Amino acid sequence: MTAQSWPFPPAETSSPGIATGLDRRLFCKLLGGGIVVLMTSKPADLLAQRRGYPEDLNAYLRIDESGGVTLFSGKIEMGQGVHTSLAQMAAEELCVSLDSITMVMGDTDLCPWDAGTWGSQSTRMFGPAVRAAAAEARAVLMKLASEKLGSPKEQLVVENGVVSNGSQKVTYGELAKGKQIARLVGEKAVLRTVKQFKAIGTPVKRMDAHEKVTGRAKYAGDIRVPGMLYARILRPPMHGATRKSLDTSKAKAMSGVTVVEHDDLVAVLHGDPERAHEALALIKAEWDRPTAAFDTESVAGYFVKTGGDGEAVTSHGDVTSTAAGTRVFQSTFRTGYVAHAPMEPHTALAEWKDGKMTVWASTQSPFGARTRIANVLGLEEKSVRVITPFVGGGFGGKSPTEQGVEATQLAKITGKPVAVVWTRAEEFFFDTFGPASVVKINSTVDDAGKISMWDYHVYAAGNGSSEVLYDVPNVRVKTYLGRRSGGENVHPFATGPWRAPGAGPNVFARESQIDIMAAASKIDPLEFRLRNASDERLRRVLKAAADAFGWKAGAGPSGQGRAIAVALDVGTYCAIAAEVAVDRKTGAINVKRVVAAQDMGLVINPWGAKMQMSGCVNMGLGYVLSEELKFNGGDILDKNFDTYELPRFAAVAPHIETVLIKNDDLAPQGGGEPAIVPMGAVIANAVFDATGVRMYRLPMTPERVLAAIKQA
Amino acid sequence: MKKSIRFHLNGQPVTLDTDDRRTLLWVIRTDLNLTGTKFGCGEGLCGACTVAVNGTAVRSCQTSLADVENKNVVTVEGLEHGGKLHPLQQAFIEHGGFQCGYCTSGMLMNAWALLQKQPHPSRSAIVDEMNGNLCRCGAHQGIIAAIEDASKTGGAR
Ligand code: FES
Ligand code: FES
Repeated sequence: MTAQSWPFPPAETSSPGIATGLDRRLFCKLLGGGIVVLMTSKPADLLAQRRGYPEDLNAYLRIDESGGVTLFSGKIEMGQGVHTSLAQMAAEELCVSLDSITMVMGDTDLCPWDAGTWGSQSTRMFGPAVRAAAAEARAVLMKLASEKLGSPKEQLVVENGVVSNGSQKVTYGELAKGKQIARLVGEKAVLRTVKQFKAIGTPVKRMDAHEKVTGRAKYAGDIRVPGMLYARILRPPMHGATRKSLDTSKAKAMSGVTVVEHDDLVAVLHGDPERAHEALALIKAEWDRPTAAFDTESVAGYFVKTGGDGEAVTSHGDVTSTAAGTRVFQSTFRTGYVAHAPMEPHTALAEWKDGKMTVWASTQSPFGARTRIANVLGLEEKSVRVITPFVGGGFGGKSPTEQGVEATQLAKITGKPVAVVWTRAEEFFFDTFGPASVVKINSTVDDAGKISMWDYHVYAAGNGSSEVLYDVPNVRVKTYLGRRSGGENVHPFATGPWRAPGAGPNVFARESQIDIMAAASKIDPLEFRLRNASDERLRRVLKAAADAFGWKAGAGPSGQGRAIAVALDVGTYCAIAAEVAVDRKTGAINVKRVVAAQDMGLVINPWGAKMQMSGCVNMGLGYVLSEELKFNGGDILDKNFDTYELPRFAAVAPHIETVLIKNDDLAPQGGGEPAIVPMGAVIANAVFDATGVRMYRLPMTPERVLAAIKQA
Repeated sequence: MKKSIRFHLNGQPVTLDTDDRRTLLWVIRTDLNLTGTKFGCGEGLCGACTVAVNGTAVRSCQTSLADVENKNVVTVEGLEHGGKLHPLQQAFIEHGGFQCGYCTSGMLMNAWALLQKQPHPSRSAIVDEMNGNLCRCGAHQGIIAAIEDASKTGGAR
C-alpha cells in the first residue's frame, strides 16, 4: 500500500457518455408513464462553473399518474440536509407541497451523473439544475392544463399541484395520466423569483427525520441480501509495509470460513461477522516495515525542509522591503493531521448476479465509485450499479470508496454477496487524512493601524481560504507541497479533502496573525479588522457576529476571553465570535459561548443552514482542542476514539447562536463547511484575550496550553 | 457455548439457539435483523450501539448474549408505541437532534435510559450521562435541548 492522495475533485471522472435515443427509451420504460424531465444541454450559467454537473440523460424528475413527484439526484445525503433542500427547490418551481416529493439519490442506474457530493456545492451547483428541470415540468403541465381546461395559460393558477382557471380544476396527476412525455431542458427555464418563493427560504424540518429517529433509515450496513457473507481483510501493520510471508492454514481449517487469496487481497469470510473476525486473527503474516521519515512532532520541520521553492498564488506590490515606521511580525503556525472519523465507518455490500455487480456503499461519489469498480473488476460501467443509502457522515472522507472496491472484488471471486464493514482501526488507517500544515507569515503594520505588507507561505494545506481578505497593498501568497490540500505525495499515508480543505489551517494562521498585529497596535481586534477591510460582505458579517455577541471593545488581551475571526469559504462569509475561560492550572479551555454569523447568499432552508453552522462549530472544536493523528511514518498510532478524541458533550459550548444575513440577490453559496473554518483562530484569539498567551499550534491541548502559560 | 437463550426484545419473547458468547450488537443486527442499532467503534467508546437492558443503557458491542439472558432488551425499534413516536423521538425531530442520523439510535437509547432513572435530569446530569456518546456531525446542542424538552413531556415512559 503506497501513500496516495485523492484528487479533489477527481481529476477526470468518466463522463456519462450515454448514447442518446436508446437509453432514453429504456429509461422511460423503466419508469413507466408520466412526465419525465431530462437535461441535455448545458445552461450557460452551469457551464461556467468549474466543477462538473450532471448532463446525461437520466431524468431529473418525474411526475407520475398519482401526481407524485420523484426527484433524482446523483448527490447523496450524509447529514448535510440536501435531501430536504433539493426537494424544497423542486417543490418551489413545481408549486407542490414538500411531502409530495420522493427523493432518489446516489443510485447510478437511476440518477443523473454527478461528480460527487463535496465542497458544499449540492445546493450551489446542482440546485439550479433541479430548479430548471422543475420549472420545465411546470411549463409542460401548464400547457396540458391549458388544453384540458380550454383556458389560456395566463389565466391559470397553480397551488399544491392543482391547476385552476377560476371555475375548473385539474391535478398534476390527472394531467400526467396516460402520458409518456419526456422533455429536455434546453435554454434557461423561467424560474420563480425570490418574491414568489413559498418553499425556498422557509425553515423546514428534515424530510428524513422520521426514518432517522425510528431506526428505519437504511445505511449501507443495514442492507440484507440472502446468503451474504461478512469479510475481514488482512491489513498491513503500517503504510508502506510489504508482506514477506503468509499462512492462512488455521483460518482455512475453521468451519464455515471462506479464505480468499488474490494478489494483495487476503480475506476471510463468514456469515457471522464475529466468526470472520476470529478467522482473521488466525492468519499469520510477516511484514517488512519501511523506516519513518517523520512523525507527529517532526512533521513541521520536515515540510519546511522539503518544501522547495513553492508556487505563487497571489503576488502584488513589494513584499521584500519594509517601509520605515512599520512594525514587523513574523509567526509560524502549525496544525496536525486530522481524521474524518464519521460515526459510520466505510461500509459496502456487493452482489454479483447475472453479470451485473450491484453495490450498496457509503460513498460521497457513487459515480466515481462505479468507474473505479468497473476498472478494477474489468467490467463495463453499465454492468456496475452503485446504490447509496443514507451515509453516516462523510466530511470528505467518503469520496474514495475503497471498501466498495474490496466488497465487489470479493463478491466476484466468491460468487456470494459480500459485506465489508471497516473496523474503527481500519477507518483510522485507510481513511484519507486532512494533511498537517505549517504556515509562515511575515507582515507589517503602519502606525495608523493599517496592514502594509503580507508575505504568506503555506506548507501542505494548499490554498483553500489563503487569500488575505483585507486591503493590503503588498501581498505575496505562496503554497508549498501542493497547491491543493494534500496535493503532494509527501505524506506517509493517504491524505485528502477534510471538511473545507486547507481553509481551517490557513484561516487559523491568518486570523491569529491579524490578532497579533491588532494587539501590538493596541487596537480592538474587531476595529482593527474593520479598519483594514473594505469588502462590504466581510464588514457586514463581522459586525453581525459582533452585534449578536454583544462585543465590548478593548485591545487584547482584554481579560474578557472573547475574540472574533472571519473566513471566506465556498462563496460564503462566516464570522465567529467566541468566549472562553482558561484553567491556568490544567491548561484546559472551556468554550462558554459561540456566535456565528454567515452570509451565504439566498438561503434555501434556514433551519438546515443553521444546523450545518452549529455542526461545523462543534466539529471544529475537535481539530482546535483535541484532534491530531499520532503517527510514526506510516505507522498510525491512533486506532480508536480513546486516543483520538472527538469533541464530546462536555467539550462543546452550551449554546451556539447562529445568525443568517439576508442576501437574497446572491445565488445560494456553500453552507456545509464555512463555519468550521474560523474555529481555530477564534478560540486561539480568545485564549490570548483571556491569558495574554498566544497559541501557534493546533490542537490546543491542555498540555500545550499549560506549557505556553508556563513559558510566558 | 451453544445453548438456548431467552430474553425479551422490545417486549417480545425471543429464543435463540446459539453460542451465548456472541456479541449482542451483531446478534441484533444479523440474526434478529433489527438494524437501527449501529456499529461505530466496537470498543465501547462511541455509544452508537447503545441499547437498554432492564432499563439501563449498555453498549451492545460490549455485551454478550449470556449477559442478557432472561432480561428485557429495548432497542430504538422499541420506542414507538402504537405507531406513535416516543416523546424523545419527537423532541429529536423538533430540536434537530441529528444530521446524518448514524449516532441517533444510540443517543435516543442512552437518553431513554437516563429518563427512566431520572425523569427530570439537570442539564449537567444530561451532559454527564450523554458524554460517552459521540456525534461527529455536531448535533450536541439539539440533542440536549431535545432531552430537556422530552423530560417535560412524558419522556420517562
Ligand atoms: S460501537 Fe459500541 S460503543 Fe461504539
Ligand atoms: S448525527 Fe451524524 S453522528 Fe450524530
